[in-house]
Amino acid sequence: MANNQYKADIGLEVHVELATRSKMFCSCAVVDPISAPPNTAVCPVCCGMPGVLPVINRNAVELAIKAGLALNCQIAETSIFARKNYFYPDLPKGYQISQYEYPLAYDGFMLIRTSQGEKRIRVRRAHLEEDTGKLTHMNENGETYSLVNLNRAGVPLLEIVSEPDMHTVEEVLAYSHELRLLLRWLGVSSGDMEKGSMRFEANLSMRPVDCEELGTRVEVKNLNSFRAMELAILYQMKMQEETLSRGGKVEQQTLGWSEANNKTVVQRSKEDANDYRYFPEPDLPPLVVDSPWLQAVKASMPEMPAAKRARYAGEMGLNGEDIERLVEEKENVRFFEDCLAAAPALNPKTIVNWMLTDLFAWLNINGKAIDTVDPKLFVQLVEAVDEGVINQSTGKEVLVEMLESGKTPSAIIEAKGLHQISDNSLITSLVSSVLQANPKEVQSYLAGKETLANWLFGQVMREAQGKANPQVVKTELQRQLDAMK
Amino acid sequence: MTEITAFTVKEALQALETGQVSSLELTKAYLERIQRLEPALHAFITLTPDAALAGAKAADERRAQLKKAGAALPPLLGLPLAVKDVLCVKDVRTTCGSKILENFKPPFNATSVQKLLNAGVVVLGKTNTDEFAMGSSTENSAYGVTHNPWDTERVPGGSSGGSAAAVAACFAPAALGTDTGGSVRQPASFCGVTGIKPTYGRVSRYGLIAYGSSLDSVGVLGRSAEDVETIFRLMAGFDPRDATSLDRPVDEPGCAGAADLKGLRVGVPKEYFIEGIQPEVEARVREAIQVLAAQGAQIVEISLPHTSYALPVYYLIAPAEASANLARYDGVRFGLREENNGVIDMFMKSRGKGFGPEVKRRIMLGTYALSAGYYDAYYGQAQKVRTLIKADFEEAFKSVDVVAAPIAPTTAFKIGGHGDDPLAMYLEDVFTLPANLAGVPGLAFPVGFDAQKLPVGMQLMGRPFEERTLFRAAHVYQQATDFHKQTPAI
Repeated sequence: MANNQYKADIGLEVHVELATRSKMFCSCAVVDPISAPPNTAVCPVCCGMPGVLPVINRNAVELAIKAGLALNCQIAETSIFARKNYFYPDLPKGYQISQYEYPLAYDGFMLIRTSQGEKRIRVRRAHLEEDTGKLTHMNENGETYSLVNLNRAGVPLLEIVSEPDMHTVEEVLAYSHELRLLLRWLGVSSGDMEKGSMRFEANLSMRPVDCEELGTRVEVKNLNSFRAMELAILYQMKMQEETLSRGGKVEQQTLGWSEANNKTVVQRSKEDANDYRYFPEPDLPPLVVDSPWLQAVKASMPEMPAAKRARYAGEMGLNGEDIERLVEEKENVRFFEDCLAAAPALNPKTIVNWMLTDLFAWLNINGKAIDTVDPKLFVQLVEAVDEGVINQSTGKEVLVEMLESGKTPSAIIEAKGLHQISDNSLITSLVSSVLQANPKEVQSYLAGKETLANWLFGQVMREAQGKANPQVVKTELQRQLDAMK
Repeated sequence: MTEITAFTVKEALQALETGQVSSLELTKAYLERIQRLEPALHAFITLTPDAALAGAKAADERRAQLKKAGAALPPLLGLPLAVKDVLCVKDVRTTCGSKILENFKPPFNATSVQKLLNAGVVVLGKTNTDEFAMGSSTENSAYGVTHNPWDTERVPGGSSGGSAAAVAACFAPAALGTDTGGSVRQPASFCGVTGIKPTYGRVSRYGLIAYGSSLDSVGVLGRSAEDVETIFRLMAGFDPRDATSLDRPVDEPGCAGAADLKGLRVGVPKEYFIEGIQPEVEARVREAIQVLAAQGAQIVEISLPHTSYALPVYYLIAPAEASANLARYDGVRFGLREENNGVIDMFMKSRGKGFGPEVKRRIMLGTYALSAGYYDAYYGQAQKVRTLIKADFEEAFKSVDVVAAPIAPTTAFKIGGHGDDPLAMYLEDVFTLPANLAGVPGLAFPVGFDAQKLPVGMQLMGRPFEERTLFRAAHVYQQATDFHKQTPAI
């Protein structure tokens, strides 16, 4: 059966932990899920004690508005919290406070870039809710029990739901990466997938390419990495295509991705679907985002990656790959733009080259973050090379010393006498002494072995201890050799 | 001289101020009286005599110190108070009348309680209540029924029956209650005391263990409108811990200096004088309205046309909210946990054993009303009708300042009188539910007795945040009558 007979429709639901200091409905600190001892960031409110009431964290609302704006959503002037009812030991109140009928943000879209060009993926809604606690299932000598840790209970979440507008794994990955980039860019979330700060669920159905109507969909949960997402989607696409090709029917199910077995496993069938009995949360008045508040949040938004990309490609002529390396971390962009501001005369491309190669290599090796580097010193180094004060290879050495010692490039150059020799008479005598010292090689060159010019160049540079301006050396060497012809 | 336990709040505060009595003496007097009469009444679930005596002693010392320093005294310094057992008092067992919270000691004070502690009160103990405030007789308590001090074979009303009985029996000068569908006003009526259900959002609900969150309010029961207002004013106000509390300034007392009711327009809604109402109840209420008229009020017949829908609307909305509010009692973190085989079994056994029949009935009602396929017909529809009930009041308050009405169709009924008929019990609330659904304040006060010498109460309902007007009217009434001064012979 031909591969292109069926087409997939894929939508993503993404749970994002908001980067607030305190929880969604109480003043408990949001703590690291791994290092914080269990049940140390809890209070009567997030434990669901009798008599307590929730109060909305304004900061969480603002981060959610930012995300909504970045996703080109409408921001609801009035949104409503609702109770989602179900029993589970990690859910202290027996209901989760979420938003249901009236989410904070809705009707948006995100542009993604794929090998087929730019594509618009619609975002149906983004709503605020609280996270649950975490269970650890124990088994000691055959006795099983579970431990409940409520540190995470009540941590603010934003659930972002796309329309099923994606059709390939490439599009799903592009959407996911771009979403993560935007959220990190805005400081909405750390986007740390290993710590569960961003959790993906996919819904996927397949249909014959000529069919208008979407097929029966399955939901796949537990996609904890981009890799898992890719594998799970490919796996489900294959499974469903096989089923449909056989003339079979896809069952509506909730699946989980098993990393251990590289396959999806059934968690719940349609018949077991929960009735969550949503109703408006009576403990919270409607959330009103009035125009002044919305405008203030809007005004606090930074230039977004899309605008940066356009500017870097257009005005500065940077290439696509370099641009992506810059915008993937907001700190990179900040550093780059600080450099531009400090040295407006430098070609941005030159700065980017130094930054993405030598500087990044050093940061990687030494496990340092870019915000530990002073952009002013860095551009002094780039300028020194650009102006011919030192040559490229000396520049690399000076950079390392500058990064390690914190000294200014000029101080290092001065102290070590690394100034490039650009003095023509000095270079002229250097070249002629090298030519005199190597008559055999000069003869061979003149006889037609032109590659020896490079060897002679190397000899001159060695004599100059690398300090000679290579461009000047090259010209002078060629002049003297030509004169011998 | 009056026995000190029969003091009003005003009298007690005066006696404390003049040194006629110390807080310790007063507290001891109440504790002794409770010890003597409690077996016949059972107004309390938990008494805290040690903490009360220590608190009283501390209050007396503080009074001496502050006086010496010429500093201002907290307004209720050393005043004993009873607290309904659905309000959290730090480190004191708070059961909600339920087995499921038999050993629950909250680590915090309800905001209402905290404000009164700040004002200097001494908590005597926690009063009996229908389980999770669900009931109108205090018979639904897992800790036994409370008896009406006027006739111990009768119920005190509910769910704040313990608080009403405690005030009527002079176990305390005042008590905190809560009112979700009439739970302050109806027991106040049955026990012949005065009680306020404030505007929704006027007093913080933080620390009030939730039953119906959109209806619950914290109120006060006492011996006079003046007393109740004094305590109410100290509890009122915005609380950052309760997002539904409102930032409205607390008014000057309505009782102060009120001499007559000239200019007050009193609406009498015809829908509250229906067939089936005990004739003596209607007669006493109509007489009381005449007293108001005699004090200068203008009496206007009005209509609140959607009154009859209040009962079905309430018994959908309150149970729906309760079904979620009571989901937290699952045996995981606090309260009762039964032996079990796994988590679902733990939920079912703990809840099966911990909740009484009325609570289970309302959880099932509410769960059903919210279920997929039924939501629109039940909960959704109820919310729509609720807005009509609210609109009735808004319309009425265009032409009148307060609405005067009976509180319950009858006086206190016999313990077990409603047998196993939950509907008959629900009908007890028919006149009190509208105020909760509309969020307006209601003040109950005694207006006489029936032939069996059982108290009859009347309620005044007012515009949101105009409790002051209700207090003023009741105070003028109480200046002209002495029903509120009658005490049961026990």
